[in-house]
Amino acid sequence: MTELPDGRYVDDEPFDPKANIQALERRDLDAPNRVLVWRKFKQHKLGLVSGIFLLFCYLILPFVGFVAPYTANERNSDYLYAPPQSVHLLHEGKFIGPFVYPTVAEADLVTFQWKFVTDTTRPMPLQFFCEGSDYHLAGLIPSNRHLFCAPEGATVFLWGSDRLGRDVFSRILYGAQLSLTVGLIGISVSFFLGIGFGSIAGYFGGKIDWVINRVIEILRSLPELPLWLALSAAVPSNWGPVAVFFIISIILGILDWPGLARSVRAKFLSLREEEYVRAAEMMGASSGRVIRKHLLPNFMSHLIASATLSIPAMILGETALSFLGLGLRAPAVSWGVMLNDAQNLASIEIYPWTAIPMLPIIVVVLAFNFLGDGLRDSLDPYAD
Amino acid sequence: MTPLLSVRDLSIGFGRGPDVVRNVSFDVMPGQTLALVGESGSGKTVTCRGILRILPKTAQIRSGEIVLNGRSGGLDLASLPERRMRDVRGDAVSMIFQEPMRSLSPLHKIGNQVSEVLWLHKHMNEKEARRQVLDTFARVGFPDPERAYDSYPFEMSGGMLQRAMIAMAMVSKPDLMIADEPTTALDVTTQAQVLGLMKDLQQDTGMAMVLVTHDLGVVANMAEQVVVLNKGRVMESGSAALVLNDPAHAYTRQLFDAAPAIPEVAELAPALVEEDLILELRSVSKTYRMRSQSVWKPDVLIHACRGVDLNLPRGKTLAIVGESGSGKTTAARIALGAEPPDAGGEVLFRPERGADTVAVHKMSRAERTAFQKQAQMVFQDPYSSLSPRMRILDALTEPLDIHEIGTRAERREMAERKLLSVGMNPDMLQRYPHAFSGGQRQRLSIARALMLDPALIVCDEPTSALDVSVQEQILSLLEDIRDEMNLSYLFISHDLAVVARIADEVAVMRQGLVVEQAPPDTLFYNPKHPYTKALIAAQPTPDINRPINLKLVAQGAGSPESWPEAFRFSGTVIPSLMQLEPGHKVRCHV
Repeated sequence: MTELPDGRYVDDEPFDPKANIQALERRDLDAPNRVLVWRKFKQHKLGLVSGIFLLFCYLILPFVGFVAPYTANERNSDYLYAPPQSVHLLHEGKFIGPFVYPTVAEADLVTFQWKFVTDTTRPMPLQFFCEGSDYHLAGLIPSNRHLFCAPEGATVFLWGSDRLGRDVFSRILYGAQLSLTVGLIGISVSFFLGIGFGSIAGYFGGKIDWVINRVIEILRSLPELPLWLALSAAVPSNWGPVAVFFIISIILGILDWPGLARSVRAKFLSLREEEYVRAAEMMGASSGRVIRKHLLPNFMSHLIASATLSIPAMILGETALSFLGLGLRAPAVSWGVMLNDAQNLASIEIYPWTAIPMLPIIVVVLAFNFLGDGLRDSLDPYAD
Repeated sequence: MTPLLSVRDLSIGFGRGPDVVRNVSFDVMPGQTLALVGESGSGKTVTCRGILRILPKTAQIRSGEIVLNGRSGGLDLASLPERRMRDVRGDAVSMIFQEPMRSLSPLHKIGNQVSEVLWLHKHMNEKEARRQVLDTFARVGFPDPERAYDSYPFEMSGGMLQRAMIAMAMVSKPDLMIADEPTTALDVTTQAQVLGLMKDLQQDTGMAMVLVTHDLGVVANMAEQVVVLNKGRVMESGSAALVLNDPAHAYTRQLFDAAPAIPEVAELAPALVEEDLILELRSVSKTYRMRSQSVWKPDVLIHACRGVDLNLPRGKTLAIVGESGSGKTTAARIALGAEPPDAGGEVLFRPERGADTVAVHKMSRAERTAFQKQAQMVFQDPYSSLSPRMRILDALTEPLDIHEIGTRAERREMAERKLLSVGMNPDMLQRYPHAFSGGQRQRLSIARALMLDPALIVCDEPTSALDVSVQEQILSLLEDIRDEMNLSYLFISHDLAVVARIADEVAVMRQGLVVEQAPPDTLFYNPKHPYTKALIAAQPTPDINRPINLKLVAQGAGSPESWPEAFRFSGTVIPSLMQLEPGHKVRCHV
């Protein structure tokens, strides 16, 4: 600081009046959008953890047959409603690796219940990479290797068994295959319809917009559950479980698209005012090109976030339908089908472990919500 | 005399980043105005918000003291507890923000929002508060204070809202008023009136003012003291007369040189030779129909453009100047074929000298494609005119891709050439637009407009979102490439001083009508129309000795019914455009 005789202060550090016009102002923003989004998403710890968890869940789906000790519909008629067993490491203070104690069912002649008595004198170590019942790896490769199985003469029901003596833990793993993918198929259908109708309405406006908006309003005004019920009741009962599964997921998608279409339309309306869109139009770009090259890439991330947030609704929808007995049907296994067994209070009271399939539903739905939140927060990496 | 506000070595930073304001010191004397001047990113807004501690969450005041010697003795605002700070805000120190539309709550009546200050700080009852607010409203120039009291913000124009904001800041009779770019969002004539009002109020009440601005012209009209900021540091500070008459620091001089001013012209310019017109607008009108509120009332017709006739000779620049809502943008959109004019109007485009004209709104598909190559547009907002997802290369080659010109390699080479011609390095091609500053992005959008070697470019306020020094560079660039490539510009602007330098012919618009049209020198030497005179008078110049003539501004900027007899529009009677001198047309009754 220099003080001039007339009382002025002037900075005396060297100053270059010809600032370089080539210098980048925000070097940190010189990256594709996905890199910027990832950079921001990484800071959202809860979303990141949920994302990793969900990724793990989906990656494991083709290999559930290997992880599960039993197959989905394998019955142990001696162990109906067996309570959860725990895996121990120490027997009488001595380490002998993971093992289970064998249980024996005894009839209680006072309450007329089967009682499972644990024999704590005989530790029976679990077997690893053992041969068990047959399954198909990823639905294709036949195999009978399991990660672990019960030793000869004992059982390993980590989360108990159900009324037919099937292992709840294994069935939850198998159920994940359907319960987790129903959301993906549903969301693809809903994505396809939502983007299609939403972008047509938002881009062209006018009459088309009016018609699509009215259709959306009508669809949204229909009571959802009865409609699901009606549609799934219309599925012929002689169809196989896979066909029913596809129909259910498509039904869920068809009922979900209006919400997505609305947000797509709103985003289109605001993006259409952006000057780069007007610039492209003035250069002579066709509507298709403007939508594909300028509009879609710029709100794809919004769509992915809103899709992530609507997958839980699909999963819950499937569960609700199957719980009511109108969705998937045995022998297909899904979390909803399993909960169907836990419909009355008495069975939950006596056999609380039959309600365990609620846990994965809660965890997965929460994880999707956290992931969606994290994505939504990191969508606009330019806002600072 | 003790200063009212004394800021010493103030440093402010965001998060863990470096200081954005470093060791800033200044004093504000009672009753005086201090101007904080700087470009975007200079830290001027952060400094003035730091005084009231209304900084964003991540920002902290890192060092320094802010001493206010106001009505309640000396207070260090930098270390005052939050509870006591609340008593200061709005009472001893009040603030006016840049966007009046966004600083008032749309859900509350204006009177209510202003009285809140009195309820909070003076503990007045509703009746007393109302009376005092009405007084203040009358003082800030509301013609009908009662009505203003019961209006909602969306019922008022920007200028009126800023008056309401001033009333809100004034009503508690503060010692110090901080105004953060109070007139940047306003039209130039409104700006002049608001500045005049602020000056009057200050003289009446004796309050001091901190005025944040980027415009040295505003400084010259308002301030006694100036602090010039650049990158968070004080470059120069001292009395306004000294700093503006003889800038001591290179940065001040740069700002001073870049400030647009209306030149003093000694003689009339010759009329523009109108042969070989590239673009002709012939009696172009545009009427929008607004559905009326009630079924029983007829729809409201809005005349955005009324009988606009404009000719643009090849290689020249025709500027359309007017306030927001004057119809200048509509005229440009019609000229480019983005919107059809009402029946009876037509736009003719002549691709080459001597060629046949094409009617822009009656083109066949092939003609339209050819026209889209010939006519391009440069947009106002450099931040939204480039898609954030596209690399510069893709953005620049997009027009070639659309019109299927050249191979990949040829397109790339073309993009490199155009980048060089707008003064950027070709190695920028792989970068993304968000890495660039506003000025750089505007260069990139100019490069994109040049990609198809057009003959005509419509510039829609290309510099109004930029800092003055950058504005100067962009205008020079536009002039250079026009002369080099024989381009013709249709230049839309609200700023006569910007247009003064680049235009060959200026059309001044008001309410959809061209009110005066002439080459800029003629316009400045001999403005005839009261609105043109108001525009010229309202332009703040960075010269202490040329203050804004508020009387001229008030006369011309009012409604067309209040203009002198010869120019008045009354009802449906609109005077026609008369030729006064060769090349100088004015809308007046003879």
